[in-house]
Amino acid sequence: MTIEEKLAQLMGDAIPDRMSESIALGTGLADGYDIYPSAVGDVVVTFNPEGVSSLTLSTDGFETYFEDRFGRPLIRAEAPRAWGAMIPGRIEAGSPGKLPVDLRSVTEFQSKVLLSAARIPRGEVRPYGWLARQVGNEKAARAVGSTMARNPIPLIIPCHRVVRSDGHIGAYSLGGPEQKWQLLTHEGAAPGILEELAAAHVRVQGNTSTGIYCLPTCRAIRRSKSENVVGFRSSEAAMDKGFRSCKLCQPA
Amino acid sequence: MSMDDLKRDLSQNLDTAFPRLVEHMSNRLFWGLRRMTGDPQYAEDLSQETLIKVYKALVEYHPQRIRELKLEPWMWTIALNLGRNHLRDRSRRPTIVAEKRDIATLDGDVSDDAAWQDRLDRLPTAQRRAVVLKHVVGLSIAEIAEVTERPEGTCKADIHRGLRKLKEIMEAEDDH
Repeated sequence: MTIEEKLAQLMGDAIPDRMSESIALGTGLADGYDIYPSAVGDVVVTFNPEGVSSLTLSTDGFETYFEDRFGRPLIRAEAPRAWGAMIPGRIEAGSPGKLPVDLRSVTEFQSKVLLSAARIPRGEVRPYGWLARQVGNEKAARAVGSTMARNPIPLIIPCHRVVRSDGHIGAYSLGGPEQKWQLLTHEGAAPGILEELAAAHVRVQGNTSTGIYCLPTCRAIRRSKSENVVGFRSSEAAMDKGFRSCKLCQPA
Repeated sequence: MSMDDLKRDLSQNLDTAFPRLVEHMSNRLFWGLRRMTGDPQYAEDLSQETLIKVYKALVEYHPQRIRELKLEPWMWTIALNLGRNHLRDRSRRPTIVAEKRDIATLDGDVSDDAAWQDRLDRLPTAQRRAVVLKHVVGLSIAEIAEVTERPEGTCKADIHRGLRKLKEIMEAEDDH
C-alpha cells in the first residue's frame, strides 16, 4: 500500500460522543435544560445563547411540551458560564435582573407586557388593567391576561404578581391558583388579605393623614397606620374624596 | 445527496438543513483537524467552534451567496482561521503537551492509528497541514492554496516534502 493510500484511510468515521449535541446547543438549534429548586418545587429551566427561554414544573413530558411549543429539541446541559450562575438567585428574586431572557417565542406586544410585569416589586401585586396601562393600551386588559397565561418564563418573569382587575388572585399557569397563593405567601404579599379586600370590593386604599391612595399591596399604604387606612371601590371614588394617586404604585 | 442539493436546502431553510451539514462535515473536520493537531480534544473543540461559526455566518448570508459557496473549502478556511486565532491567544502562555489518543481512535488497529499519528506529528506544521488536507481530507491543490492562504506552488512543495519525510520516517522504522 502506498503512503497516499494509507493516508486516505486516516479519515475516521466516528466522531466524539455528544459533539453534534454541543453544536446544536452552540448554534441555538437546540436548547439546553437544567433543574433548579424553587418555592413551588423543582423546575426545569431551558436556555440557549440568547438567554433563558422557558421555565416549567419538572414533571413528566416537559421535553415534549418544550419541543411542541418552541419547535426545538431539548438537551440536558449546563447553562452558559457567562450568566448561568445567576439563575437560582433570579428564580428566588422573581425578576430577571441582568439575566438575559429569550422572548422570541412571543409577540412584540407580549414581550413588552412581560418585561413590564418583571418590574412589579416582590411582595406586591398589580391588576391586569394596571399592566395594560403601563404598556400604553388601557383597553388591553384581556390581551394582558392571555399574555400572562402564555408567559414562557414564570417565576423569573413574575406573572404571579399580576392579579384580576377585581382584586381576586386569579389563575396561574405554573400549576394553578394554589401555586400562585403559595408564591405570594412566600413573598409576603398576603393573598388571604387580598382575597378579603376583593370580596369586600375594595380596589384601592387611601391614607387619611397623607391624602394619598394606593393599590392594596403598595409598600406606601402598608407602612401606614391601620387606623388611617380607608378602602375605596375605585380610583374615582378615592379622588372624589380628595385623595391623589400614589406615585409608587400608580393606581390610576 | 450532492453538495449542490445541500447548499440549495441550506439557502431555503437553514435551520432544518443545517443538521445535515453537521452530519456531513463534523466527521471530516474532526478527523482532518485531529490528524493536523494530533490532539483529539483540541480537534473536537475546534470542529465544534467551526460549525457554530459556519451557522452564524450562514444566518447572515443571502441565499444566492450560500448557493455559490465552495462549501467545504470555505469551512476549512474558517477552521484554520479559528485555529490560528486560538493559537495566538495561547501564544503568550506556556501550554502543556496534550495527552494524545485517549479518545476516538480508528476502528480496528489502534496501534497502527497511533503509529501514523506519530509519523504525522513529526512533520513541520505547514507540511503536515498540507499533507492532511490533500490526502486525508481530499481537497485539491487549488482549494488547499485558498484555505491556507499560500501559493499553489508552495502547497505542492509542502505536500511533496511531507510525503518524502513520511517515507524516510518509515524507512528508518524498518531499519530498527
